[in-house]
Amino acid sequence: MSRINAWIAYLQVAPLALVFLLFLVVPIATIIVVSFFDYNTTQIIPAFILQNYDELLTSPVTWRTYLQTIEFAAITWVLTLVIGFAVAYFMAFHVRSPTVQTVLFLICTIPFWTSNVIRMISWIPFLGRNGLANTTLLNLGLIREPLEFLLFSDFAVVLAYVHLYTLFMVVPIFNSMMRIDRSLLEAARAAGASGWQTLWNVIVPLCKPGIAIGSIFVVTIVMGDFVTVRLMSGGQSASVGLMMMNAMSLLQYPAAAANAVILLLLVLFTVAAMMRMVDIRKEL
Amino acid sequence: MARKSNGGVGRRRMLKGAAGVAGAALGSGAITGFPAIWAQNIKNITLRQCGTGVSAINEIAAKCKADLGFTLQMTALDSDAVVQRVVTQPNSFDIGDIEYWMCKKVFPANTLQAMDVKRIKYFDKIVPIFTTGKLKPDSVIAQGTAPNTVSFVEGPGSTKFAKGQTGWFTMIPTIYNADTLGIRPDLVGRKIENWKDILDPKFKGKTSILNIPSIGIMDAAMICESAGIVKYGDKGNMTKAEIDKTIDFLIKTKKEGQFRAFWKTFDESVNLMTSGEVVIQSMWSPAVSAVRAKGVPCVYQPLKEGYRAWGGGLSLAKHLKGAQLDAAYEYINWYLSGWVGAFLNRQGYYSAVLETAKANMSADEWGFWMEGKPAQGDIKNPQGVVVEKKGAVRDGGSFYDRMGAVACWNAVMDEDRYMVQKWNQFIAA
Repeated sequence: MSRINAWIAYLQVAPLALVFLLFLVVPIATIIVVSFFDYNTTQIIPAFILQNYDELLTSPVTWRTYLQTIEFAAITWVLTLVIGFAVAYFMAFHVRSPTVQTVLFLICTIPFWTSNVIRMISWIPFLGRNGLANTTLLNLGLIREPLEFLLFSDFAVVLAYVHLYTLFMVVPIFNSMMRIDRSLLEAARAAGASGWQTLWNVIVPLCKPGIAIGSIFVVTIVMGDFVTVRLMSGGQSASVGLMMMNAMSLLQYPAAAANAVILLLLVLFTVAAMMRMVDIRKEL
Repeated sequence: MARKSNGGVGRRRMLKGAAGVAGAALGSGAITGFPAIWAQNIKNITLRQCGTGVSAINEIAAKCKADLGFTLQMTALDSDAVVQRVVTQPNSFDIGDIEYWMCKKVFPANTLQAMDVKRIKYFDKIVPIFTTGKLKPDSVIAQGTAPNTVSFVEGPGSTKFAKGQTGWFTMIPTIYNADTLGIRPDLVGRKIENWKDILDPKFKGKTSILNIPSIGIMDAAMICESAGIVKYGDKGNMTKAEIDKTIDFLIKTKKEGQFRAFWKTFDESVNLMTSGEVVIQSMWSPAVSAVRAKGVPCVYQPLKEGYRAWGGGLSLAKHLKGAQLDAAYEYINWYLSGWVGAFLNRQGYYSAVLETAKANMSADEWGFWMEGKPAQGDIKNPQGVVVEKKGAVRDGGSFYDRMGAVACWNAVMDEDRYMVQKWNQFIAA
């Protein structure tokens, strides 16, 4: 009897397993295989060589680019976390009426109905040398020379990231906050906790799963991004994704594949570390 | 047979006539020059053309449909994506609209087929840059991937480029031009004469070059050579040492803050210029027109060291055969027959067969675009918008002045792989 049950269980997971196999395992396996191939200007040559990894890992450019990408991810993570938490906190605890809550939540998502490339590009005329920001500051007499660092700089890149991805923090954190039993907050106050103490000792620990999910979203998206970096830095900065794009554009697929494998390992490691800190499944 | 009346029965024409008779007799009629025979089938034919944005022009597809009856589907991609498409998805297109430097790279991948010059009606009239390599008999062939070096293969089915002319042509030139730096004459405040002027400390944070490795390295080389930083054996095929020196210099310049941005697409270059973010940068000719069209002064500045030239062409996919192949030849012959040439010339590009294009342009248009003469009246672009007023003269002058001063063609180097690594280093620096 138990043997039949086991078979039924296998059958039940089969569809999902098949989907994962086809659309996740096979492509990744292909990338790993290709990363060991050789190539020249026109073709990819099946082989087993370590040259792609060797060239990648021994180049100072790779290390600098990875550091830059991690730096972008870290700064973006901190900023989106702080802003996202604040926004979620406001909606969850300061807004009393569920209708207003829903309306505010929808307002947060409205920008997401437009393409993220458009949202990003609209910063360019705003931040430019003769853009809205500089013109306003100049006219107000706050600055004498236009601020050059506003556009085509790391500042612009981070600004765009924060603008684009804060919602990915807001949603899961808001969701976690809505599940917090309000009587816990009353209990904390009754026990004499100050507002900050309640926040730090009650709300933050209970929001951990939301924070973890949001963090995974933001960090993985930023690590794999190339278009934001290219457009907002005006080609002045690099990211791992951009490196891969440059390699692919010259048909150097194996080099790009090797880079993709390394990036995948790094991201998996980061996500694993986050999961270790917060057991998402247990707390959902 | 009526179209044989234009005299001069050469060997090619004889062959074509003879083959035509044979073809007609067989009833297959699959021979160029006899469209009537298969006109009934041709309406069902669709040719899928994929290529760079510059030559994917809807008006051409519409006119093609009207004149020839078959449908031309155009897909515009950036140059990198075109290379990928041609090499990795050879069945996804029928006509590959690629550039000469790409040709060097993709033709050996064996996804394209060479054309029989006997079936190209205006072959003898194609500008000699693409056949002998010499614009005029005494011209010197420029550095880089000069079109004539990749225009011919050794035979049908061959992927080996021939040294001289053969009967098998890889690409029909569509658009070509000579590129230089674009400037904002109102903002530079000095005379710009050399490529090295982009390094003037006065323009700190107000310059840009393009971030497409294979072309950007060329502009960089023109700049380095002009500034006396590097002396190249062949800018189009640098040695590792030359690449090192060039990139090291670029990195140093970048760190000093000379560049504002590195652009990758046409619209980025237009926006950088119109917004005043940069005052001098590498540019493409239609981008200069686009800036001017917004009422912002912009000059495509001729420079002493000469131009960096590029060219694109139509190539046939390997899988084409039968009626589709015939339609492709018909399309190519139509392309060279003048209407398209005039259209392209009016955009500020150059077309492959000058004679037929001239017949489709007014004397004033021809004088302005091709002979460097002052415009007698308003000069309009193909869409009918006035782009130059009476009295205007084209930047750089006549066709022979511009194409005769080409210093280097866009190229793929033997050290391509190394160059890209170094270029990544420059962008990451």
